[in-house]
Amino acid sequence: MNFGLTKTQQLFQQMIREFAEKEVKPLAAEVDDTERFPMETVEKMAKLGLFGIYIPKNYGGAGGDHIMYSIAVEELSRVCATTGVILSAHTSLCMSPIWEFGTEEQKQKYLPKLASGEWIGAFGLTEPNAGTDAAGQQTTAVEDGDDYILNGSKIFITYACPAHVYVFATMTDKSKGNKGITTFIVEAGTPGVSIGKKEHKLGIRGSATCELIFENCRVPKANMLGKMGEGFKVAMKTLDGGRIGIASQALGIAQGAMDETVKYTKERKQFGRSISAFQNTQFQMADLETKVQAARLLVRSAAWKQDMGQPFSADAAMCKLFAAETAMEVTTKAVQFHGGYGYTREYPVERMMRDAKITEIYEGTSEVQRMVIAAKLFK
Amino acid sequence: MKIVVCIKQVPDTTVIKINPVTGTLIRDGVPSIMNPDDKGGLEMALQLKDQYGAHVTVITMGPPQADAILREAYAMGADEAILLTGREFGGADTLATSHTIAAALKNLEYDLIIAGRQAIDGDTAQVGPQIAEHLGLPQVSYVAGLEYKDGKFLVKKETEEGYQMLEVAGPVLLTALASGFKARYMNVAGIVDAFDKPVAVWGVDKVNLPLEMLGLKGSGTRVYKSFTKGVKAAGEVHEVDAEHAVGLIVSKLKEKFII
Amino acid sequence: MNNKNVYVFAEQREGVIQPVALELIGKARDLADVLGDKVVAIFAGHNIADQANELIAYGADDVIVVDAPELKDYVTEQYTQAVYQVITAMNPDIVLFGATTIGRDLAPRLSARLEKGLTADCTKLEISDGSDPKLEARKLMMTRPAFGGNLMATIVAAKEGVQMATVRPGVMQKKEKDASRTGNIIPFTATFDASKFAVKLLETVKAEKGLVDITEAKVLVSGGRGVGNKENFEKLAALAEVIGGEVSSSRAMVDAGIMDHDRQVGQTGKTVRPDLYLACGISGAIQHLAGMEESELIIAINKDKFAPIFQVADLGIVGDANKIVPMLTERLAKEIKK
Repeated sequence: MNFGLTKTQQLFQQMIREFAEKEVKPLAAEVDDTERFPMETVEKMAKLGLFGIYIPKNYGGAGGDHIMYSIAVEELSRVCATTGVILSAHTSLCMSPIWEFGTEEQKQKYLPKLASGEWIGAFGLTEPNAGTDAAGQQTTAVEDGDDYILNGSKIFITYACPAHVYVFATMTDKSKGNKGITTFIVEAGTPGVSIGKKEHKLGIRGSATCELIFENCRVPKANMLGKMGEGFKVAMKTLDGGRIGIASQALGIAQGAMDETVKYTKERKQFGRSISAFQNTQFQMADLETKVQAARLLVRSAAWKQDMGQPFSADAAMCKLFAAETAMEVTTKAVQFHGGYGYTREYPVERMMRDAKITEIYEGTSEVQRMVIAAKLFK
Repeated sequence: MKIVVCIKQVPDTTVIKINPVTGTLIRDGVPSIMNPDDKGGLEMALQLKDQYGAHVTVITMGPPQADAILREAYAMGADEAILLTGREFGGADTLATSHTIAAALKNLEYDLIIAGRQAIDGDTAQVGPQIAEHLGLPQVSYVAGLEYKDGKFLVKKETEEGYQMLEVAGPVLLTALASGFKARYMNVAGIVDAFDKPVAVWGVDKVNLPLEMLGLKGSGTRVYKSFTKGVKAAGEVHEVDAEHAVGLIVSKLKEKFII
Repeated sequence: MNNKNVYVFAEQREGVIQPVALELIGKARDLADVLGDKVVAIFAGHNIADQANELIAYGADDVIVVDAPELKDYVTEQYTQAVYQVITAMNPDIVLFGATTIGRDLAPRLSARLEKGLTADCTKLEISDGSDPKLEARKLMMTRPAFGGNLMATIVAAKEGVQMATVRPGVMQKKEKDASRTGNIIPFTATFDASKFAVKLLETVKAEKGLVDITEAKVLVSGGRGVGNKENFEKLAALAEVIGGEVSSSRAMVDAGIMDHDRQVGQTGKTVRPDLYLACGISGAIQHLAGMEESELIIAINKDKFAPIFQVADLGIVGDANKIVPMLTERLAKEIKK
């Protein structure tokens, strides 16, 4: 048994950490403040091959593994959670289902463009009346000759605005519930697709979360991803992988808050000594550090299982549940350690606390994760 | 074009700290990195490769762990890597180091040799020019820009007043400034492949020199003593509004007769 | 072989003696006085002989003038050949070079040709007195920073013969000029092997700004990350102009492309010791402190009250430099008018 990273993974970590520090961190506060999608960072990431880390080389990817991908999301999120989720959503939610469920033609058509970053991909499941309960899908796809006509809307789509291609779920047969869901791939600019309102959010404010609207949007049958009625399975498999991405994001946010707090408490003096010298600080920080390390082990082991081709659905749920709740706890306490300064935007922990919250909500709330874990436990 | 880039693994001196109690260097947990000017030199070589096509070989002298920066060089785009290592090379100053590397380079073909201007652990800026001398090559140091035209290198050398443009045909040795060549990041696919590529390990048998010219014995200088320097006692620090701050500064300047 | 006297490579550019040459002569004077030897300047160039007396006025006893058209501009091989011939002919005990882009190009080349050691970027030079059994008397002890300024090392030559060092500009003090001093001006004829002249100097370009060497400035207004952008650096420039100083910066701003490398203070930039160093938005990494902590008066403005710069500052202001600097400029303009 080996808990360490391979040399390749270590070298990758060195690169992504430097990239995050030099290219991403300087923009983090401004991206948050202005709710701006950091397109320049996306271009830089694309150039390095970060958009197809675990996609095989014959589809334009880098041929790496899911652990590397997880490290990338963690390190980016350590300095900017917005940038972390951009990588995560693009890779886990758009490329992965195409890679896993796509026809050879679909893979050849989309993966190289997505892996090179020429195109950005988004994913849509949630609707105004269907979130945790996916069977409530109201977006419909109706067969019409060689095409399908799509109608409805998807909400909370991470960077729907700048994306070039969307993977999303529709209802093709309401009577079948979850078994009536079918997934489609639609390119931006297809007549009948439009972008709705942009959300103003508590955190990850640069991720350009928008509504996606379909009005009599006609797409060829060839754009169906997976089989008819297989959409729920596609979505659940996709979310399993996505959860490792979000767990990595939460882990990164938690680590970022730890780093800031260690630095601050060493420098900040009260009653004549550094606040890191007080046992209250030390004991609380020791507990938090332990949780962050535990979260990291859960995340890494879930990614490792995915790399090994083992079932990882419950592992993904557990790591996301634990990492997200750890991120929330760490960032909340980090703000507390910073005192009044922590409540201001002069220090990044304020942003980190706002960013952490979403990790308990999206790609399945903490409650959904508990359902997934319990389902495995009591099956 | 055949290019050889000399690179060195150094402790990241920006994170080295002094133990305030003992006054000694804290080296624990200090990461080892590719020296920044050397990385600039590798970038220079890779830019030439991108523009004109070239075979880029990197060579480093150091302990076996220096393998790490060769893998990094592969992931950035180098084609071949050599690790020059051996106990005989230990304790070398710049003179002995330059002899060793120059002797190793005699095993290779090159149109251009690139070294970083200086390494951040020693800051001497000597090894590049010394290698050039041992190999009988012309040199240009402080290189911040480069073009290749009609078989000649058009070199931009930074100086205190501005810069100079120099022309030289290969083979030549150039020392690069990190500020002139912003190094690219390692490519993800390059990282995935980096450890599958071969690193040639060369020992003293590849260096055709008498042993007394190597390592500590071959050095022209020796360290007599080393010590850490104390920091100046802190002055007054005020947390006041801008107007008050201006007043404080002006009265300090008057007190010290600056104005 | 009996090596004798303290030699200085007296750097000139376009016929102008560089300040570092005079600083080195000043230091060489101290060393030669301890040794009871002479200070000899190696003055290489073309049509420069009329300035040799200037070197004597600042403390040289002898000036070896190497005048040749090949030496009009500095090019590595031409100068290496000339200085190599002087050193092998005269057998100096010590040779000092300025740690400039010329000295740091020439000295290592010479060290390799002579097969002698060279110590770079010294900040202190002394002669051993023989009190330590580990070090014989009359040896040159060369002290220099290493590991990014975290460590100081005293280096001595390990081989017999000439001892060589480069010294950072601005570190040593030149002597008061004494025009009445007399000395010997000795012409030296170098022979050149032109077949080795592979590098051709096409042009020398002076940067539009930055004609002033920041190591020469009495007042430096220096900006770091906290100043942030070009626009804010204009504010520093305005203050520098009012107070009669120059603008310099930390490494961060050079890396960001906002400032030129020649204005960088610190371990990888320049060592400065102005009368006033006003650090604006500079946190004070040890590399930066290494380049400026010898300044006479240090005033620091930084938002972060824990910034290490405050540990070396005589006066520290916790605040926004971008806000304070324009107000200070305005106030100083009025004060100076009075």
